[in-house]
Amino acid sequence: MTYDIAIDGKNYRLDLNRQEGGWSCRLDGREVEVDAVLARPDVLSLRIGNQAYEVKCERVGGDLHLWVGSVRFAAEVRDPRSLRGRVRAVDDHGPKKLTAPMPGKIVRVLVRQGDAVETGAGVLVVEAMKMQNEIKSPKKGTIQKILVSEGAAVNAGDVLAIVE
Amino acid sequence: MFKKILIANRGEIAVRVIRACHEMGISAVAVYSDVDRASLHVRKADEAYPIGAPAASESYLNIQKILDVAARSGADAIHPGYGFLSENAKFARACADAGVKFIGPTAAAMDAMGSKTRARQAMERAGVPFVPGTSRGLESFEQAEEAAARIGYPVMLKAAAGGGGKGMRLVHAPEELKSALEGARSEAERSFGDSEVYIEKAILNPRHIEMQVLADEHGNTVYLGERECSLQRRHQKVVEEAPSPIVDPDMRREMGEVAVRVAQAAGYTNAGTVEFLVDQQKNFYFLEMNTRLQVEHPVTELITGLDLVHLQIRIAAGERLPFTQDEVILRGHAIECRIYAEDPDNNYFPSPGKITLLLLPSGPGIRRDSGMYEGWTVPMDYDPLLAKLIGYGTDREQATARLTRALNEYFVGGIKTNISLFRRILSDPDFRAAKIDTGFLDRLLKQPRVEVATDPGAVDVAVIAAGIFAVLGSAGAGANERPVVNDNVNKPNAPSNWKIAAQKEATR
Repeated sequence: MTYDIAIDGKNYRLDLNRQEGGWSCRLDGREVEVDAVLARPDVLSLRIGNQAYEVKCERVGGDLHLWVGSVRFAAEVRDPRSLRGRVRAVDDHGPKKLTAPMPGKIVRVLVRQGDAVETGAGVLVVEAMKMQNEIKSPKKGTIQKILVSEGAAVNAGDVLAIVE
Repeated sequence: MFKKILIANRGEIAVRVIRACHEMGISAVAVYSDVDRASLHVRKADEAYPIGAPAASESYLNIQKILDVAARSGADAIHPGYGFLSENAKFARACADAGVKFIGPTAAAMDAMGSKTRARQAMERAGVPFVPGTSRGLESFEQAEEAAARIGYPVMLKAAAGGGGKGMRLVHAPEELKSALEGARSEAERSFGDSEVYIEKAILNPRHIEMQVLADEHGNTVYLGERECSLQRRHQKVVEEAPSPIVDPDMRREMGEVAVRVAQAAGYTNAGTVEFLVDQQKNFYFLEMNTRLQVEHPVTELITGLDLVHLQIRIAAGERLPFTQDEVILRGHAIECRIYAEDPDNNYFPSPGKITLLLLPSGPGIRRDSGMYEGWTVPMDYDPLLAKLIGYGTDREQATARLTRALNEYFVGGIKTNISLFRRILSDPDFRAAKIDTGFLDRLLKQPRVEVATDPGAVDVAVIAAGIFAVLGSAGAGANERPVVNDNVNKPNAPSNWKIAAQKEATR
């Protein structure tokens, strides 16, 4: 597998393959000796050569952070192949989920199930820390489902509505 | 002894009191608001009762609802924890009227201490040293002007009903006095419903040192040593330690004896804390008395070997103090960090949300009093205190080393916490040298953040780990989490519209 990985905005290319219970790894073309154990979900015990690291993975909404010891890195992972696939996927076919960008409270639901919406039309308003944010429809279509009601508390990443 | 105790609180302190109940063979009753059904204190209790809407006035501050639960559950005592109703004399009185024992001082003692001006008057009579100033609320600007001139600038204006830095103003010169007085009054009115403001000589960069006292209902009062609480941000304590690095046995005895006099003058019973300001010449002045268990009580427990909550319960049940002053021996050093759900990179704004990953420190000399667990969503309705991490050692150096080590083991994922702030504080040369005062933290936070020299290989590690998590996909992810490969509709590099909007809002 080849990944394009951005760490704090800087790009790296990683070739990573499983082999005989371990990994073969090239970082920007340079061979690296890697031994990894998933200690529990989101926690990796990593050996690079003989150096040992505990790496924690934090996922909030669409954001990914990796903690090496006590240092936090913002990470973005792209699979070059699925990137090509995604270009095709970015179209208006199929249902689209509207998710909460951060924890907060639903203060208004602006549409009803079955309503027709245009791209960019406001669907819900989420309030977090006294800031109100309109969640907009990513496509032209019909509101297939509204999964929250006014006053509901939501977490980052929660699905709020589906547009078909 | 009581059979059943109702805990009129939430979070880590409710869990702390429930644990003490269970250790003493007492049944524990929890109450919870609508957003706290999944909170840890409900899980740990023997019985739990809903008490209504998230707003504290509808739930944890609602005297009638709490007394109703006490009656329904048959609880024979109520522990108020800290905050909420813990220093509410009306509540203590209502408990007495309802025939439920309030675990704390009497309503009369709270009344005597609840108002800072009234406390000052009582202390004047008891011969307690306090900062020069007025013992009564200011009636007019002219009176304030006259008092300030008499005691000398700089002066501090303070709300009589105050706490937490609300209604406080530092005044350097006469021309600032008028607007400061108006500001302090209106803030006091808004925060406490009482605009009474008094004036004190401002002691610049003092230390904040407090003395723990314990009084039974048979006239015995002891002090359990001091806590150094000088590390504060916006008048809120952040790090506390015991003993204070500047207090020697003579000073401790003097302060302790004054604290006992304060408690006795107020007819005080149960656990309480007498707060002092200490100037650079080590003169100490009475500040106020907190008529409750303090957040930072664990540091005293670690250096005395006593369990303050057990003792509170025993005293409330009518028992005598099981030891004398001479039997109180301090041993070792303890430091506490208050772990808050707040974002150090965003001006310490509260950061509620779901805890996706929680890794806990342990090992020698580490105590953790916590109200959180992995998978729990921190509600946005209450104080953001999540947990307290306390390090104990034979001396300050070892306690600091253990706490630093434990902070590196502690990981709270999914929300922002102030854990990184403590690493910064504990590694600061002035902190290590115990050169601390109430201005320490503001000075530290004004300094540009020096990034710790990290292992240059750490970035490589992050890249490789990101790749491995991507290969593992959902198998490597915690419950309900998405795999790391970004398949969002949004371009991964472009901030979402929402983020742009939020940034605009924030910079407005």
